[in-house]
Amino acid sequence: MTMRRRDFLAGTAVLVLGAANSRATIISGGLPWTPNAGNPPVPITQGPWLYFTAEEGRAVEALADCIIPPDPQTPGGKDSGCAVFIDRQLAGPYGRREGLYIRPPFMTGTPQQGPQSADGPAASYRKALAALDQYCQSKYQGKRFADLSDKDKDELLDGLEKDKVKLDGADGKAFFAHAIKDVQEGFFADPLYGGNRDMVAWKMIGYPGARYNYLDWVERHNERFPLPPVSIMGRADWSPRT
Amino acid sequence: MPRKLPKKDVVIIGLGWTGSIMANELTDEGLDVIAIERGPWRDAPTQFPPNYVQDELRYRIRHELFLRPDQLTFTFRNKMDQTALPIRDWGSFMPPNGVGGGGVHWNAETWRFLPSDFVLRSHLTERYGASFLPEDMTIQDWGVTYDDLEPHYDAFEYLCGTSGTAGNLRGRIQDGGNPFEGPRSRPYPTPAQKQPFSHTLFAKAARDLGYKPFPQPSGNLSQAYVNPLGLRLGPCTYCGFCEWFGCGNYSKASPQTTILPLLLRKSNFSGRDQSEVIRIDLDRSRSHATGVTFVDTGGVEWEQPADLVILSAYTMFNVQLLLHSGIGAPYDPTANKGVIGRNFTHQTISSVNGFFDNKKFNFNPFIASGAIGMCIDEFNGDNFDHGPHGFVGGGYVGQVQTGGRPIQTTHVPPGTPKWGAAWKNAVRDNYLSTVTPGTGVHGSFYSYRDVYLDLDPTYKDRLGRPLMRMTIDFHDNELKQNAFLTDKFAEIIQAMGAHTVDKLYRKGPYDATEYQTTHLNGGAIMGTDPSTSAINRYLQSWDVPNLFVMGASAFPQNSGYNPTGTVAALAYWAAAAIRGQYLKNPGPLVHA
Repeated sequence: MTMRRRDFLAGTAVLVLGAANSRATIISGGLPWTPNAGNPPVPITQGPWLYFTAEEGRAVEALADCIIPPDPQTPGGKDSGCAVFIDRQLAGPYGRREGLYIRPPFMTGTPQQGPQSADGPAASYRKALAALDQYCQSKYQGKRFADLSDKDKDELLDGLEKDKVKLDGADGKAFFAHAIKDVQEGFFADPLYGGNRDMVAWKMIGYPGARYNYLDWVERHNERFPLPPVSIMGRADWSPRT
Repeated sequence: MPRKLPKKDVVIIGLGWTGSIMANELTDEGLDVIAIERGPWRDAPTQFPPNYVQDELRYRIRHELFLRPDQLTFTFRNKMDQTALPIRDWGSFMPPNGVGGGGVHWNAETWRFLPSDFVLRSHLTERYGASFLPEDMTIQDWGVTYDDLEPHYDAFEYLCGTSGTAGNLRGRIQDGGNPFEGPRSRPYPTPAQKQPFSHTLFAKAARDLGYKPFPQPSGNLSQAYVNPLGLRLGPCTYCGFCEWFGCGNYSKASPQTTILPLLLRKSNFSGRDQSEVIRIDLDRSRSHATGVTFVDTGGVEWEQPADLVILSAYTMFNVQLLLHSGIGAPYDPTANKGVIGRNFTHQTISSVNGFFDNKKFNFNPFIASGAIGMCIDEFNGDNFDHGPHGFVGGGYVGQVQTGGRPIQTTHVPPGTPKWGAAWKNAVRDNYLSTVTPGTGVHGSFYSYRDVYLDLDPTYKDRLGRPLMRMTIDFHDNELKQNAFLTDKFAEIIQAMGAHTVDKLYRKGPYDATEYQTTHLNGGAIMGTDPSTSAINRYLQSWDVPNLFVMGASAFPQNSGYNPTGTVAALAYWAAAAIRGQYLKNPGPLVHA
């Protein structure tokens, strides 16, 4: 083995390896650095559904309002954007299960082994929403889920949760559990993803959002933190009004 | 045929904590070192700057900084007679990926194990008799002692600038520290972090109950610090985005903040990212490694010859690479023979949520750091008499509230519906006045004959290799331990003044879908006997002496602490053996 001590090199070398489609690099000579590098999040754009059909969108908005009903202080799941959040998530990598292990065979396992479905979230929503509307139409004189009374909706969802209501062609209990998780994630995630519009959820609970320094507040015990929430994209009142 | 690269003195597989430590130590020795890393280059200004790192959905829920299961995952089952199925999305643990490894996303809870942990079987047998241990429990002594490792624990803490209060300085017990810890040669390099309200309340309640609470040792620094390599860290700002996130503030000890800026300026070091080592190459004797073969993201195979191979990937990938390379006899639980895959362990975690009157208590749970906390150690390891309780092991318990990120920290009192107006009102009324420890009960997980790793017969990875199969379940000993610790912890939370206490016991069977910790251990364990260990006390392979295997895969069983302090101390210990002994006379450092 060589036992030489060598001097530090000045400058940085980042060499891309030979293969045409490889991202691999050789790093030596110092920390790699390029100006303005980074991978900031991309805020959703408002507008029509990207994944849902109009009827699916209506059903998910109705579901979102059951899971998080509006009250005089805080909007519900629909007006806080939770259905938009889910639509954009299903249209993106999450809906396609990008990065997840989706090789066959797909076998049914124990609950501890986790989801083993051949379908990803996007396909599961499509199937379950169709099954939900079909169930409602046969049970409630041709009405779709979104058109039921609030009381009927809650009773139906309670039945799904307790596995008393069975949908044809979809696991209603699993779907509703999944919808609760997605709606609540949308409600509490940064508004850049489409839910938590105007940071309504963060205002409701007293969470100050994407701040980065509480050094002066660690030892101010049992005092309410006074500043309003802020999103990764800032706040509406930070932008000059035109 | 792989393309052959020029030979190096040392090839390091994986540039996380242990890879970075070894690279720095061995380049200091003058060796020409290359590190090969499966994931991408990562640094704070590019990947996790403070203007967008506070994104719970992106980093915690969607796992942006972690390995993607389509790159590599595992199959899982509880029992040997079940069919293992693939972990399709991460649940009970999340393997790291990229330069810095787990050091990027860790909480930075920087513990030392107890002196008795390293001689566990001898210690317990002597105190309680061999028959006190369950018959199928396969715990072992490590072959290394706390005293051997003390200087190396110290080296890592001073590298990191760890913030804490010493409890035992050269044998003298110190007020305010952990009185149960092994003797340390000097104080922590920086004082303990400041504590938020709920943590001080926990400490007071614990003291009133007769315990000795102390601040958790933290790699999120209480003040600015310059480490022995001349690298600077800034004070933590308590942003509450620490574990599962990268620190944009240079306040969390990581390879990025404590080693890499210096290492990358050395002319005898280079790294390759986005390159996955698929095999450690052996010569015809099968007892000498000639280097490694890796594949880059373009699918091109390369051969990197080297005199010395350091395997420093994550626990599971160390074991997998040994199996794929045919190094060491695979473990067979039926015959109780073989070594690679044996003594696989995790951690026994649970928590207790405390709900308080929101007119009297406001905890501002979002003011936090990954390793902030007030803990007690009365119920860890063998710090208490296990005789009356009928189990062995233990853990620390503490109010370690590491953030108030609202997707995961909006807990509601037991009995609240999961949705609807009642749920919404409960979330609103409880968020600021609830104690929700990120780490509450952090218990040991001892090893058993039927908890192990091997290769799956059915499922394959993207390169066509068999996935590794985890067979793991909780045994009665750990469930008893957890019930005991959770009850003790709940008493303290109750004494803080909670009106409702929700005890979230760890229950069997082991569930791969619910996050516990990423502290998976064992599978390539260290020891004194080559028939029951893969590596010797210097982390040197018994079978291939020019291969050293770092990481928690070396743990014969897991203690009731977070593993990184011990993982790093073992790396420094191995580096000292390579520098002081191996390089002078390359060959086995221990003769079996």
